[in-house]
Amino acid sequence: MSALPITEADLQAWVDAALPEARRAEVEDWLAAQPAEAERVRAYREQKQALRSLFDPVLDEPLPENLSALASPPPGAAIERPPKPLLERWSLQRFAAGVLIALVSGLAGWMVHDRYPSAENLARTSPLPHQAAVAHAVFSPDVRRPVEVGAENEDQLVAWLSKRLGTPVRPPKLGSLGFELIGGRLLPGNSGPVAQFMYQDATGQRLTLYVSTENATNQDTAFRFAKEGQVNVFYWIDGKFGYALSAGIDKGKLARIATAVYDQLDRK
Amino acid sequence: MDSRAILAEIPRLRRYARAMLGDRAAADDLVQDTLERAWSRLFQWRPGSDMRAWLFGIMHNLRVDQLRRPKLATQSIDEDDFDVPTRPTQTDELELRDIESALNHLPDEQREVLLLVALEEMGYADIATTLGIPVGTVMSRLSRGRERLRLIMNGDNANARLRVVR
Repeated sequence: MSALPITEADLQAWVDAALPEARRAEVEDWLAAQPAEAERVRAYREQKQALRSLFDPVLDEPLPENLSALASPPPGAAIERPPKPLLERWSLQRFAAGVLIALVSGLAGWMVHDRYPSAENLARTSPLPHQAAVAHAVFSPDVRRPVEVGAENEDQLVAWLSKRLGTPVRPPKLGSLGFELIGGRLLPGNSGPVAQFMYQDATGQRLTLYVSTENATNQDTAFRFAKEGQVNVFYWIDGKFGYALSAGIDKGKLARIATAVYDQLDRK
Repeated sequence: MDSRAILAEIPRLRRYARAMLGDRAAADDLVQDTLERAWSRLFQWRPGSDMRAWLFGIMHNLRVDQLRRPKLATQSIDEDDFDVPTRPTQTDELELRDIESALNHLPDEQREVLLLVALEEMGYADIATTLGIPVGTVMSRLSRGRERLRLIMNGDNANARLRVVR
């Protein structure tokens, strides 16, 4: 016999009466000689029948109102607009305009790129007060572990943070202003480690000094002030260093402390 | 898409959803979601194409979304690895003979194909399009689903075919 071998797909198609007449005859001849297989596919046909008898009554159930109502567009439904074909959206004029804008802005960008810090540098320096304020808000309320290394090990703290930041850093002394060092920790900055020193006064008021070495523009700035929620922040850039002093204390008092910090920093 | 044509499809959508989900309210909710999405995506409907396949496709996708949402791993590890789901079935001999509960013991993928064939009498190629899977996958799911259903209905070696998945 030259007929193709009977496959499982043929048997399934036989169950569903989906075979062409000639093939159906071949399958039935084969089944006649295979009682077990014949029994199996008959069971499949019975399943199909049973499922129909079980679920067909659903067809005659009256439709719930919410469903029959949906045979029409729902009122006020947000019907999405079809996306227009690409060519239609990109008319020639618009395309030309786009090219012109790109050319002009590219040229302008090239002309001014030396005069202004790049967007990347701005992005890197501007969040300094924000980062400092968040770090302050996260760690300063911590009663049990506000710092990683305590002030009793100040030498270790200084050596460790200097090593990790790759440059000497030293916490200023603020005792004359009523704030004593309680320690410090290492934090992740935008592109590397930053240091946080924490101080506390007799009332338990905490103050943090955030020291970053990520400033790439090397443009010194004067003191600047920012307020993030309850946290006041004085910050400034000194060479590659960015400093931010954060506390929930009033601006005037914080400014005096910032000045004291500034005065103690090593001048190059 | 005119209202009469869509109205004619609603009972079929309900029947299929009821068979898939078992629960009447959940099934009608699925139909409602399907119709709402169909109206909001009307632009995707190509006039002259098979509206039923389009609607069932929408329903299928909604169901897949629903299954993904509450739990991450709802798909069986591999259709080939299990012959019978793993719920303890010792006391269920009688229940298992009932085709409705037997149906609920099939993996979703198999039940879906089985029902589209049995209730909707869709062609294999149409099912493949509706579900977005190859025809070969339709055939293997159909074949496995039918065989599993048969074994469960026979109630004989359902447990014997349970394999330990390491």
